[in-house]
Amino acid sequence: MAGLGGRMSTVVKAKVSKLLDRAEDPAETLDYSYQKQVEQLQNVKKGIADVVTAKKRLQMQESSLQQSVVKLDTQARQALAAGQEDLARAALERKNVAQTELQSLDTQVNELEAQQQKLTDSEQKLRAKIEAFRTKKEVIKAQYSAAEAQVRISEAATGVGEQMADVGLAMQRAVDKTENMRARADAVQELEAAGTFDDITQLGSGEDDIDRQLKQLSSQPAVDDELAKMKSELGQGGGAPAAQIAAGEPDGAKPADGSAA
Amino acid sequence: MIVRISGEGQYELADEDRDRLNQLENAVVAVVESGRQEGFEASYQALMDFVREAGAPVGEDELEGSDVILPPADTTFAEAGSEFTGEGLIPE
Repeated sequence: MAGLGGRMSTVVKAKVSKLLDRAEDPAETLDYSYQKQVEQLQNVKKGIADVVTAKKRLQMQESSLQQSVVKLDTQARQALAAGQEDLARAALERKNVAQTELQSLDTQVNELEAQQQKLTDSEQKLRAKIEAFRTKKEVIKAQYSAAEAQVRISEAATGVGEQMADVGLAMQRAVDKTENMRARADAVQELEAAGTFDDITQLGSGEDDIDRQLKQLSSQPAVDDELAKMKSELGQGGGAPAAQIAAGEPDGAKPADGSAA
Repeated sequence: MIVRISGEGQYELADEDRDRLNQLENAVVAVVESGRQEGFEASYQALMDFVREAGAPVGEDELEGSDVILPPADTTFAEAGSEFTGEGLIPE
């Protein structure tokens, strides 16, 4: 039927039809067809569970990155208080990178959340259609001759099949998204592993690869600003390090979403 | 005529709405083919809004196949580009 849809919908419809063709003939055996639908619904549920798992993983990374940010901030202050400006700068650079990652993780978690919601909605629709199919197939079996019933069931199955194909495409979309996120999540994990300094005294000795990369990544002016701010907070406005000025550790004195953002 | 927005649901539109639907859809394709990302979101949202406003949602226990199937409402410009131009395009 020419002109039924524009070019775009024609492409999409062709794609869905292809998915439908690949499914077994829905009218083959009515009850078998229904059984298949129920099985596919289980797969959809499993797919949703995968998305939820991916989201949880990102959320866990988020919270440990948040801890890293706080820790790095504290370490920077300690280093500065001890007069080790290079150390402080390195810690702030890492903090800067961690904060940037945190922001993008947040976006991704929200995206996954939206995907999850959409899939859950689709799953409910699919469930309703399968239930309608089950009812209808019994009615059709009772009312029509075998040949007629096959045709009518086939029509009804198209509605279910299309919904199923639609959920399938949505699943694929969600999976693609989580794949992208997985790569990033791995990168974040590396960062997190290297991100805070277990022992601040080990930092002084030269730069490693990660340090150099971090320096490239981090925005220098933001780090400079934060360092200056931290100095003034510690009363180190001038050049001379005030050795004992910060005997205490200003733990958490500054919120994690501080001025480097 | 039944129109599906992928990932969202089916809507029943009057047959008279077909021309307007085609216009809006062709506008989207034109934007995608021209490579102008700025116009994409507005034209795509216009298409989605039209379907939602002109159409009545099809009940979840209905078993009708769709006459028209549109991509998801959150389709990005890049996705639309790879889908509807170049070798991805299926003319009929």
